[in-house]
Amino acid sequence: MRLLTHNMLSSNIKGVEKGFPLRIEAEKVVEKPVEMNADFLRKMFEKVEWKAFVEASRSMGYAQLPEEVDSGMLESDEFLSRFHHALLELHLEEGALVCPETGRRFPVNKGIPNMLLHEDEV
Amino acid sequence: MKLKQLEGLLGGLDQFPNPKVELEQYPTGPHIASRMLFTAENSFEDISNKVVADFGCGCGTLGVAAALLSAEHVLSIDIDPKSLEIASLNAEELEVDMDFIQSNVMDLRWRGQIVDTVIMNPPFGTRKKGADLDFLNVALKVASQAVYSLHKRSTREHVKRTALRDFNASNAEVLCELRYDLPKLYKFHKKKEVDIAVDLWRFVPGKHQS
Repeated sequence: MRLLTHNMLSSNIKGVEKGFPLRIEAEKVVEKPVEMNADFLRKMFEKVEWKAFVEASRSMGYAQLPEEVDSGMLESDEFLSRFHHALLELHLEEGALVCPETGRRFPVNKGIPNMLLHEDEV
Repeated sequence: MKLKQLEGLLGGLDQFPNPKVELEQYPTGPHIASRMLFTAENSFEDISNKVVADFGCGCGTLGVAAALLSAEHVLSIDIDPKSLEIASLNAEELEVDMDFIQSNVMDLRWRGQIVDTVIMNPPFGTRKKGADLDFLNVALKVASQAVYSLHKRSTREHVKRTALRDFNASNAEVLCELRYDLPKLYKFHKKKEVDIAVDLWRFVPGKHQS
């Protein structure tokens, strides 16, 4: 699971008000290089929730992202490269996503998070 | 990539070995899948460089096709772990990078408007009535640009009305009529093969509230 996916997911348990972001417990992270697409990154920059993204990236062992960002940074190849790496090249293979409000763990196995809810959570 | 090439690649994918009738698990054949994605990309540019989600991905055919047509990020969702296992292997086989989530499509909660395009071959509602429209409802909330979906031709007027009036779609268009060849998959199927007339739809979501 890439961090781009993590940035779109919120805890879906009934009654939870603030389900985003899910906290990451990383047991196994894999890097899979993929070609960089600067136009795509510029588009995503407008949509990504940055604070959650930096925090998630740290949980995955990558701490090279700036805390504060502005669109001027999109001119920098160095920044784009780091953004690209964290957004698309880091994969959570084993671990869990944790609901920030209830602490409920959604396990991640072979890169796939299990977000199925129990009957009382729907 | 040419249509025939795409169709050929998709034809080599593994499908459900033991399909579950209660989930209406039917493979999306390479003929339909290739035409669906090829049209989405060549006529509307809704796939390449986009974030694409496959709702009810089954063995992953539609998502794999999107990845082969250069979607930047593909996210495929299904409730059945066995299907996801096969879908993962299919992605690996064709060397495409995709994310998968095990979940009920109806239960997921999304943040933001990151998904550009939703592609799906939803359950037709033979087991759970209205299932295809439930899927469409969610898809139109999640997609920021377009939804591609298959529905039985017999439901055409109902689908159009519901999408525009109840789901706030700003556009609902049948792109083409396809025949869905279903081989005898389940014991209760009497004929050796049956042919269902389906419409390939493109829906455009209405304005999303932030």
